[in-house]
Amino acid sequence: MSIQSARKDLILMVVFIAAVLTMPIWLAPVGASYPDLLQKFAIFGIFAIGFNILFGLTGYLSFGHAAFLGVGSYAAVWSFKLLTMNVIPAIIFGTVLAGIFAVLIGFVSLRRSGIYFSILTLAFAQMSYNMAYSVLTPVTNGETGLQLEQSDPRIFDAAATGSGLPSTELFGMKMSGYPGFYFCAVLLILAFFVSLRIFRSPFGMKLAAIKSNQVRMSYTGFNTRPYLLVAFVISGMYAGLAGSLLAATDPLAGAERMQWTASGEVVLMTILGGLGTLIGPLLGAGLIKYFENIFSAYNEQVLHEIFSFLPQFMENFMVFIVNPFVGEGWHLTLGALFMIIVIFLPGGIMEGFAKIAAWFKKRGNKSDDDDAAAPAKAQTSEG
Amino acid sequence: MSESENIVLNVSGVNKTFGGLQALSDINLKIKEGETHAIIGPNGAGKSTMLNVCVGRLVPDSGSVMFGDVPLTGKTPYEINQVGVARVFQTPEIFPELTLLQNVIVPALAKRDGNFKFNAFKPLSAEKELIEEAEHVLEDLGLEDQRHDISASMSRGDKRRLELAMCLIQHPKLLLLDEPTAGMARHDTNRTIEILKRIKSRGMTKVIIEHDMHVVFSLADHISVLAQGAIIADGKPDDVRGNPKVQEAYLGGAHL
Repeated sequence: MSIQSARKDLILMVVFIAAVLTMPIWLAPVGASYPDLLQKFAIFGIFAIGFNILFGLTGYLSFGHAAFLGVGSYAAVWSFKLLTMNVIPAIIFGTVLAGIFAVLIGFVSLRRSGIYFSILTLAFAQMSYNMAYSVLTPVTNGETGLQLEQSDPRIFDAAATGSGLPSTELFGMKMSGYPGFYFCAVLLILAFFVSLRIFRSPFGMKLAAIKSNQVRMSYTGFNTRPYLLVAFVISGMYAGLAGSLLAATDPLAGAERMQWTASGEVVLMTILGGLGTLIGPLLGAGLIKYFENIFSAYNEQVLHEIFSFLPQFMENFMVFIVNPFVGEGWHLTLGALFMIIVIFLPGGIMEGFAKIAAWFKKRGNKSDDDDAAAPAKAQTSEG
Repeated sequence: MSESENIVLNVSGVNKTFGGLQALSDINLKIKEGETHAIIGPNGAGKSTMLNVCVGRLVPDSGSVMFGDVPLTGKTPYEINQVGVARVFQTPEIFPELTLLQNVIVPALAKRDGNFKFNAFKPLSAEKELIEEAEHVLEDLGLEDQRHDISASMSRGDKRRLELAMCLIQHPKLLLLDEPTAGMARHDTNRTIEILKRIKSRGMTKVIIEHDMHVVFSLADHISVLAQGAIIADGKPDDVRGNPKVQEAYLGGAHL
């Protein structure tokens, strides 16, 4: 979006790669360094980065991106069932098929803007969800969800069939646990790189201009609709990639992946992290998945143990208060967190960082301390 | 050289009604190449409607608008811009979230890339020529010091100048200005007149809608007077100034 020097972006990219690849190490102290969760960080990071290309750059709020996530998952599982357990064809199919869906849905939805666009995308996603549940059962296996079976043809690795269900692999490497995470991490880095290029390119600049003033844009000689459609399809393909990775790390796909709550979740991630910033959506995705993991693990019994140091009546009282916010009720916590962020930090976590950086800078300037100002400057420019 | 050769914009027989209101009735206008053509008239005379018909915002009920030998009627705003018509709005239409430099680069991209191009991989910072040109245009309009500021924070006068810069970087064949000095302080108005005079010396054709007679008579080569949707006078500034019909309709009999 902004005109930045290539050198700063190179530094950003190097820092990003290092941070992603060392996630198992630096997330260990907060208890988040086990592969299943790390995979989720990377996968939903990709989802949010892609969503941000549409919502963050053009300002068009899609409420139906989970449809592409679901399409990606189904396509990937079918690739495992019919072709091979190798994940490469699966993610290619997932991404491309989601792209095709995005062309169709985007073409219709982008005839309207604002709230009407959001409603149209929501309608399409709910339609996909309901179809996956009912009439498309031969393709989606309806309520049960699409799963691998012993009798699947798998025409490319028929020779290797052993007993039990095969697992997804990348040239012999099993795609669960840490190898699965590193596979997702590499794709996350790639996804981030592409997003960075788009943000810095003339194309990204034009998308930002569409968000800023569409009237001026058309009087400036741009046909805005193809720009919006391309942005929509790119972000749909990111969602498809994320969906196929969900299937690659755990080969099953269910219709609930397309439900509107899943579409809403990526909107929350993007806004929570910082709409239109490069790194924000990724932080938002990580934060939500991390808290979901922690809070949904608690139940009444665990809470009683936590508050057992209190007198009996206080213990019961605290459990009574906290219980609705954890376990099944963790969405209540998410809702509260979201409200706090939107009210006090409309720019999300990234705005929070910028404010802290500005505060340090101010303090640094007051005491004429150059050392304090320098890192603050570096941090603000990252967004 | 025959006369038809240097007609840039030819409006002929344009009618437009809104509900029962005849906003434009049988408008005929010929704008010659290189001239500054002012359209004046009291409020509600149809000046802005007229401009909107030219840029594709409104489709006339009958009649045609020809730009050289390209018909503009029925074309979308972006197609009309791509053939070389740029417009400055009555309330500045800029990109408020972007910096001044970015504001000017976007129209330069439209000029270079056409109405759609997917150039998502080469960074904008590598487009040295484009940035240099944008900086040059900002310098030309005296906005170079603010080029990295977000444009929303500018004064109204500066926003108008920025919008003018956004049009000028496209080197349009025809520039339409809808009250370019409305709401400006006197020194800002004079500055805008200076800028428009400079553009004129480069041979750009302009149509100006303006209320400020000082601006009109400092710039216009030709004046058309609109009243109640019809052209009641058309000619050189001096002819229009002395026309009793104009004084009656527009100035209520007062002397210009």
